[in-house]
Amino acid sequence: MNKETRVGLFVTCLVDLIRPAVGFAAVKLLEDAGCTVEVPVQTCCGQPAFNSGDRATTREIAEQVIAAFENYDYVVAPSGSCAGMLKTHYPELFAGDAAWAPRVETFCGKIHELVSFLVDVMKVSKVAAAFDGAVTYHDSCSGLRELGIKAQPRKLLASVQGLELKELYDSDVCCGFGGTFCVKYPDISNTIVSKKAEHIAASGAQTLLAGDLGCLMNMAGKLQRLGKKVSARHVAEVLAGMNEPAIGERSDARKSGHRFSVRRRETMT
Amino acid sequence: MTARATLFASIRQSLGVTGDEPARCAAVADRLKQHPRGVIPARGQLPPQERVKLFAEMVEAAAGTAATLPSADDVPAAVAALLRRHNLPMQIRRGDDPRLAALPWGNERTLEVSAGASDGHQLVSVSHAFAGVAETGTLVMASGPDNPTTLNFLPDTHIVVVDAKDIAGDYETVWARVREIFGIEALPRAINMITGPSRSADIAQILILGAHGPRRLHVLIVGDAA
Amino acid sequence: MSIAHLTSPAFKENAKGALADAQLQSAMHGVETGVVDRRRATVAKLPEFEALRDSARDIKNHTLAHLDLYLEQFESRCIAAGGNVHYAVTADEARAKVLEICRKANAKLVTKGKSMIGEEIAINDFLEENGIAPVETDLGEYLVQIRHELPSHIIMPAVHLTQEQIEADFRRVHTHLPADRQLVEPQTLLTEARVILRDRFLAADVGITGANFLIAETGTSIIVTNEGNGDLTQTLPRVHIVLASIEKVVPTLEDVSQLLRVLARSATAQEMSVYTTFSTGPRRDGDPDGPNEYHVIILDNGRTAMLGGQLAEMLRCIRCGACMNHCPVYAAVGGHTYGWVYPGPMGAVLTPSIVGIENAGHLPNASTFCGRCEEVCPVRIPLPKLMRHWREREFERHLSPATVRTGLAAWGYLATRPRLYAVAMSLFVFALGLMGRLFGRFRWLPLAGSWTRHRDFPAPDVQTFQAQWKRRVRTR
Repeated sequence: MNKETRVGLFVTCLVDLIRPAVGFAAVKLLEDAGCTVEVPVQTCCGQPAFNSGDRATTREIAEQVIAAFENYDYVVAPSGSCAGMLKTHYPELFAGDAAWAPRVETFCGKIHELVSFLVDVMKVSKVAAAFDGAVTYHDSCSGLRELGIKAQPRKLLASVQGLELKELYDSDVCCGFGGTFCVKYPDISNTIVSKKAEHIAASGAQTLLAGDLGCLMNMAGKLQRLGKKVSARHVAEVLAGMNEPAIGERSDARKSGHRFSVRRRETMT
Repeated sequence: MTARATLFASIRQSLGVTGDEPARCAAVADRLKQHPRGVIPARGQLPPQERVKLFAEMVEAAAGTAATLPSADDVPAAVAALLRRHNLPMQIRRGDDPRLAALPWGNERTLEVSAGASDGHQLVSVSHAFAGVAETGTLVMASGPDNPTTLNFLPDTHIVVVDAKDIAGDYETVWARVREIFGIEALPRAINMITGPSRSADIAQILILGAHGPRRLHVLIVGDAA
Repeated sequence: MSIAHLTSPAFKENAKGALADAQLQSAMHGVETGVVDRRRATVAKLPEFEALRDSARDIKNHTLAHLDLYLEQFESRCIAAGGNVHYAVTADEARAKVLEICRKANAKLVTKGKSMIGEEIAINDFLEENGIAPVETDLGEYLVQIRHELPSHIIMPAVHLTQEQIEADFRRVHTHLPADRQLVEPQTLLTEARVILRDRFLAADVGITGANFLIAETGTSIIVTNEGNGDLTQTLPRVHIVLASIEKVVPTLEDVSQLLRVLARSATAQEMSVYTTFSTGPRRDGDPDGPNEYHVIILDNGRTAMLGGQLAEMLRCIRCGACMNHCPVYAAVGGHTYGWVYPGPMGAVLTPSIVGIENAGHLPNASTFCGRCEEVCPVRIPLPKLMRHWREREFERHLSPATVRTGLAAWGYLATRPRLYAVAMSLFVFALGLMGRLFGRFRWLPLAGSWTRHRDFPAPDVQTFQAQWKRRVRTR
C-alpha cells in the first residue's frame, strides 16, 4: 500500500449520542480495509433543519461540515441518510454560489456511505467476522434511493461465517421514521412501523440489521414495545464482529477497552 | 381583459416571454412539422406473420378473443358460429363500411344483419377496424357512417374485423397512415383505440368485465399479413 | 376564497379517524400489496420503460416551456374542426361557462366521465344548485357520489370502500329495486350499476368529461378509461364539454403515444387501458352518431403561477396515481385524510398551489421523504424536493407550529457551535445513559412523548462517541 487512504469519519449525530458502538465498528472496518481514520470535531449534517425548511441554518451547518472534512481523501458515514444529505443535497444549498461551488463539488465527490465505500471503493469482498444465527435486512430509504445501496451490505453479510440472511418482505418499504416525521405525525408513523415490525417478526430471523441508526431505533423500539423477540443492530457491528448488547438491550458491566468480542474467523484473505 | 387574454398574459409572464420570440416559434413549428417518434418498443418490431401472431396473443392477454380467417368471405360464418356458441340471438348491427357490406352475409340465412348506429338495443355489433397494433393488441377504430362509434360501446358483444395487413407493430405506424389517409386537418370525429372488453375493478379491486361497454370483444383477423 | 369540501387543515384529525377505521384499513391493505406488485410485473415486461420515462419527461418539459404557443395551436385546430374553445382563469369562471353551455342546451340531466378538474371546481354541487342533475358514470365516481364523498384516489375513486359498504349503499339508494334481492356477488353489483347508468347515458342532454391530454397538432382531446363510460358520456348526448387544465397539452400524436405508454402501466399495471379515445370536434356531416356541439374549457386555477418557478416540475404530472399507490403514508391513512381532491404525494405538492399553503400546510409535511413516489413517477417529478420547497415557504412565513420552530432553533444554535454542542450533549447522554442502565431502554421519556407513546427509546452510553474517541486516541 503506497499511499495512505485518509478517511474522515462522519459519525452522525445519532451514532455519536445514542450508539457509539456503531462508530467504533466503522473505524474497525475502515482500518481493516487499510484506511487511516480521523474523527474531526462535528455535530450534525443538518438534515433536521433542511427537511424542516430552514435553509439558512442548514447552510451554516454545511459550511462547517465542509470546512472540517474537505481535506480528507474520503468522508465516510455509517448512514445512508446522512451520506445522502451530504452528497446529494449539499449542492442544492450552494447552487449559484461561485465562491463555494468548487469546494462543494470536491467535497461531495468524497462522500460515501460506509458499507458501499468498503465494497465499491476499497474493494472489500469479505469480512473476518462470524455470527451465529439468522438475520434480516431493512433497506433504508435514503441509502437505497439516493445512493443505490442494496447489493453491498448483502455481499459482505454473505461472507460472515455462520450468518444466514433471510430476506425481509417489503424490505424496501419505509419503516416510518422519516426524521422529524415520527414525532410530528406519531400515529401515522406508528402504523407504518407496526406493519414493518410484523414483517420482521414473520421473517424468521432473530436479528434485524440496517445501515441507518434512526431506522433501527424506530424499528427496535417498536419490536420491543410489541414484545417481539428480535434484536436490532447496525450492520457495521456485525460486519466488524462486535458483540455489544443489541439496541435498547441491557448492557452488562464490561471492562474498558474490550469492546470487541472474540468473534473472528482464523484468517481474512 | 377576456379570460383568454388574462390566461395567455399570465403564461407569458411566468415564462418571461412575449410569445413573439422567433426561436420559440421555430421550435414549436419544427416539432409540429417533424412530429418525432421518440422511443419505440422493440416488442412489435416483427416480420408480418410474427406481428399478427403477437397481435392475437396480446388481444387474448387483454381478455379479448381472436381468430384468424384465410379470407374475408369467411367472416359471416365465423360471426354466426360465435353467436351460436354463446346462445345469442342471430342478429347483428354493422356500419356502412363497404368491406363489411361486400361480405357474403346471405350465406348465413338465419342471420339478421342491420346497418347503422346503435341505440342501445342491439346485443351484437360488427365493425371493421382501421388498424391493429401488435405491441399491445390494440384495435384502432375511426368514427363515421362506415363504423359508427356507438357500435363500439353500446352492444354487449363487439366483433371487430381487421385485415392482417393492417396490423402494425406500433402506434406510430398507424399515425402515419392516419395522416396519409385522413390528413391531419380532417381527422374523423373519434379515433377509438380499443384493447380488450370493458372492465372495472372499482368494487374492492375485483376485476369484472362488462362495466359499461361490451362484455365480450372478438377479433377476426382476415387475410394475409402484409 | 372558499373552497368546497376542503378539510386539509384538519389533516391530523382526519388521520386519527382513518387509522381507527377498520374497514378503511382493510380496503387500503389491498392497495399497498396488489397494485404495487402488478405494476412491477408489467414494467418488467417492457425493456424500454426507463427510456420512455425520460422521453415523457422531456416532452412535458418542452411543452411547458412553450405552453402559450402550443395552446394557441390547439385552439386553432380545435376550432377548425368545429369545436369551441373557452378559457377560465378561476374555478368560478369555469363553473359559469359550464352552466352557460348547459342552459343554452336546455339541459336537465348531465352525465359525467371521471374528471379531476370537475372535482377541483366542484361542478356537481354547482349544477345541482342550478337545477341540473349530474350523474357520475365511472363506477368508482358513482360509488362516491351516492355517498356524498370526494374520491379518495385519482384513478380508483372508491378504493377506500369494502364490498360490504358498496352493497349497503346500493340497498340504501336503489330503492326502486326489490329489497330482498341478492347482492353478494361483485358481478351482480356491477350489473345493477350498469343497468341504472345505461339509462342515464341514453337520457342525458349534456356529457362532461375530463381530458387526459389535449393534442396541439390536431385540436384533439383524449380520454382514457377501462369502463367505456367516458365514451358513452361524450358520444350520446347532444353536447360534449371537455374540462381540461392548461398543462394537459401535448404537441403531437407521436408525443402523446410516448406518454400513453407510461400512463396505463403506471396507473393500473395494464399494457394499455381498454379505451383510449381521441375526439376532434363535433359530429361531421353524415356521421350517424356523436355530439352536435363540442366544447373545451381550458382552466388555469393557479397553474400559470407555477410555470417557470420552483414548482413547475409538478405540471408534468399525468395523473397516473402511481405515487399514492407506493406511499406508506397514503396506505396508512387513505385519500380522504388529505382533505381535498388530490391526495398522496402529488396532492401534497399540487393542493397548496391551488388552495394556498396556509390551507394545506400538513400535506407536504406528512411525508417521510422515503422517495418511493419519485422512484415510480413516469415523468420523474422530484416529489420530495417539491414537498421540501413547501416546507421552506412555510418556514419563511412562520406557518410551522411554535414548538417545532423553537426546538429546531435550539438544535440549530447548538449544531453550529461544536464545542457548546459537545458540552450540552455530554450532559444529556450522561444523564440518559445513567437512567437507562437498568433496563437498557425507556418506555417513557419526558419531552419525547410522541416517540415513547408507541415505542421504546434505547438508552445511550454515558459518553458520546466523540468523547470516547478522544480518550481512545489519547491512550493509543
